[in-house]
Amino acid sequence: MIADREITFTVNGERVTQPVEPRQNLVDFLREKLGLTGSHVGCEHGVCGACTIRVNGLLVRGCLTLAVQADGAEVQTIEGISDSGEIAVLQAAFLERNASQCGFCTPAMLLTAAELLKENPSPSREEIRQYLSGNYCRCTGYQSIVDAVEDAACSVAGGTS
Amino acid sequence: MSGTKEMPLSIQDLPNSYIGRSVPRPNARRLMEGRGTYVDDIQLPRLVHVAFLRSPYAHAAIESIDVSAAQRSPGVVRVVTGTEMAKHCTPWVGVLTHLKGLKSAPQYALAVDRARWQGEPVVAVVAQTRAQAEDAVALVTVEFKELAPVVNMETALDPATPVIHPKLGDNLAFERRVEAGDVDAAFATADVVVEETFHFGRHTGVTLEPRITLADYNAGDGKLTVYMSSQAPHMTKHILAEHLGLDEDDVRVVCNDVGGSFGIKIHTYPDEMSAAALSIMLKRPVKFLADRLESFVSDIHARDHRVRARLAVKRNRITAIEIDDLTGIGPYSVYPRTSGVEANQVVNLTGAAYDFANYRAHCRVVFQNKNVMCQYRAVGHPIAFSVTEGLVDAAAAKLGMDPAEFRRLNLIADDAYPYTAASGLRFEKLSHQKSLAKILAMMNYDALRREQAALRNNGVYRGIGLAAMIEVTNPSAAFYGVGGAHIAAQDGCTIRMDPTGGITCATGVTEQGQGTETMVAQIAASAVGVPIEKVRVVTGDTDTTPYGGGTWASRGTGIAGEATLQAGRALRANILEVAGALLQSAPTGLDIRNSVVVDAGTGTERMTLSDLGKTVYFRGNELPDGVRPELVATRHYAPRAYPFAFTNGLQACWLEVDVETGFVKLLKYWVVEDCGTIVNPRLVDEQIRGGVVQGIGAALFEHCIYDDQGQMLNASMADYLVPMAAEMPDIEIGHVETPTAESVLGAKGAGEAGTAGAPAAVANAINDAIGVLGAKVTAIPATPQRILKGLGKIDKGQ
Repeated sequence: MIADREITFTVNGERVTQPVEPRQNLVDFLREKLGLTGSHVGCEHGVCGACTIRVNGLLVRGCLTLAVQADGAEVQTIEGISDSGEIAVLQAAFLERNASQCGFCTPAMLLTAAELLKENPSPSREEIRQYLSGNYCRCTGYQSIVDAVEDAACSVAGGTS
Repeated sequence: MSGTKEMPLSIQDLPNSYIGRSVPRPNARRLMEGRGTYVDDIQLPRLVHVAFLRSPYAHAAIESIDVSAAQRSPGVVRVVTGTEMAKHCTPWVGVLTHLKGLKSAPQYALAVDRARWQGEPVVAVVAQTRAQAEDAVALVTVEFKELAPVVNMETALDPATPVIHPKLGDNLAFERRVEAGDVDAAFATADVVVEETFHFGRHTGVTLEPRITLADYNAGDGKLTVYMSSQAPHMTKHILAEHLGLDEDDVRVVCNDVGGSFGIKIHTYPDEMSAAALSIMLKRPVKFLADRLESFVSDIHARDHRVRARLAVKRNRITAIEIDDLTGIGPYSVYPRTSGVEANQVVNLTGAAYDFANYRAHCRVVFQNKNVMCQYRAVGHPIAFSVTEGLVDAAAAKLGMDPAEFRRLNLIADDAYPYTAASGLRFEKLSHQKSLAKILAMMNYDALRREQAALRNNGVYRGIGLAAMIEVTNPSAAFYGVGGAHIAAQDGCTIRMDPTGGITCATGVTEQGQGTETMVAQIAASAVGVPIEKVRVVTGDTDTTPYGGGTWASRGTGIAGEATLQAGRALRANILEVAGALLQSAPTGLDIRNSVVVDAGTGTERMTLSDLGKTVYFRGNELPDGVRPELVATRHYAPRAYPFAFTNGLQACWLEVDVETGFVKLLKYWVVEDCGTIVNPRLVDEQIRGGVVQGIGAALFEHCIYDDQGQMLNASMADYLVPMAAEMPDIEIGHVETPTAESVLGAKGAGEAGTAGAPAAVANAINDAIGVLGAKVTAIPATPQRILKGLGKIDKGQ
């Protein structure tokens, strides 16, 4: 077995230095070592999207990223992005539309929706559906999620005009 | 409108009623911040992890097992084989007495001597981390001797086919026949007979959170606490105690947040039983979490039916239906609900929306060497309605009649109730005709037909599919309890008021995201007379909730909602009795509105609930003599007049088939649903939408594909297709409300209707689109390959 390696990186603005097993993926490290359990593990092969986290400003699959790859990186999880208020409008829209049932996909869905609105502040329903297709949801049937993202886009646009 | 003494206000008309309001789910907020508590989020001291060596073969004798290398592997705590596990966990048999003749064999937590499906757990390895446990699993050596697998259900009963459980004599698990009226005469004298064979692929639930169990045995007090992702904590508590040799009162099951269930997380799984047994053996917490590859070969599968069916019509009226259903359930009937229920439902439900008298049904349930099959969302319904609605469309086509008009002529009339169906089901009150009229108006049916015809001239093939359906909800003890299962049909609610005036409800039903806690809070707030913000709801813990059945068969609102209403009324009466004594007023002249005791007639505020609470709990000396305050009440409720409160509905699908590629594009979807009193319209609509999309998954994508050796070929999330956002249509929903008269609340269930009807609506729409080309698809999922085959463009594939 390969020996642990020490990594230093920033998680939700906090500096973390810890030894990690080279084979451990980033989402398991965040969940098990740092107690950041908001990122979920749904398939461990990069399909369902539940483990989505933000590394250096870009969304990655936490199950396909090794923790050692995060050495020196800036990592943000649903906990940090909730606390900063960055996605408060989306969260309010999700609550209002009941765009979350069991909630297992929801943190990742919110991160993906936030990235979409950053790239495209007023997406069509078709564009929202396309963009969210890398995130599986088994409960909602997606319509309420599309509605919520649409509402959030409108409310952001309304707020800035 | 003000309430008079003769006519008390209904729950909907109370001044501050939440019934019928789309209240957002208060418990969803933490889930959106990643602050839920799913089982895998729980960390316990001295926690160890179990991983399983699973049979790589569908059918094999276990000749020898060598665990020595695994035992030496880093971090390994214990390696256990089937023989040893059997000393700690007794086997179970999935039979119920009311399914007459149903048989099955003892199923062990770990296979003993023989493995009977690819994925069956054979050896358990416990280690400090999951990764270490998996490392050691790879070091276990099992000598398997491959045996001939029974894969094809069509030949499972042939004399030449090996018998999976020799002691059972054959591979037939269950068989049932129903005969009503004079079927042969009806077919002999029919104007039109249509006949078809339908195939339904195996699929599975794919809960986004995999199955997980964290068992924590405390040797000090002999108590076992099990954190599970489960729908039925009380049932599970009984099963754990029964098979692990514990007193049932020493077992506690806790279900916090559950990441989707859909019927997957309500069965007895060998890996989860093993984890609990290992916790007792090791006297420390043990966690089992299925990884996704394990989920596909160990979560129960569903459907897998072949139905031969025919329907007779005389003078435009359906006169008879005959079906022959064959289904393969894997090597065991699943415990404790059994695997006979789905076929039984197909027999009960086929044709049940229509008015006809002559019915013959035969079902056979056979063993095979594939993963086990059991109850998943809308048990049996999609099969029954796909068969019925497929035949109905075929009959309409043969008669040259519009399919909507043919349904109007044949659906049970709205004034025909109470009505007993040919299969024997009894309906209290349904609204098929009203629902049909409503959905045709919603979808602008005639205009859609014109659009379809116009586009066809341009080579665009669009189809409209209609499906009428009913749904089994609010099951009474007739479903399981009568057959000997410890599955509660009743459910309860304990509701109490604290010194703050705050209300806490504890209920036996559970939350998996459908909004159970919101529903309970809405009803409790309305019944007591407090703002919903003052209500807390506790679910999922067998130590703190009333004994109940949990969440399945669309029973939460209809049964636990009624118990909550009754408990809330009782608490309200208790509060008003105390208030009357303190205020020297007759309790009947008082009311509770917005957490304040008021004069019922004038609305004048007399006392806040918080003041009343503080008086009761802290200053009992101020209470008049003889007043014994009980600011808590418990009520239980179970339906009795009818075995089930059936709902009904219509679904409609509008889609386009690309006749060159076989791809289907869903354009729009409509549902009209009658689930009685609606407590929270948004939550009901979202249950229906989510259900429809799971039904669309079955219709177009989802399929557990097995080869002829019993190997599942697409057991990964990448290869097993589920609906994604881009492919799904917008779904418009309308309602008819026919409350059940059996309860005060009048609510029926809504959780499974979408899944029940969608496969029929989608399949009918596909056939409506390609029928003009002489093509037809009668197997789901209706993949591009099957559609192209139906169109005669390719000749391979099934």
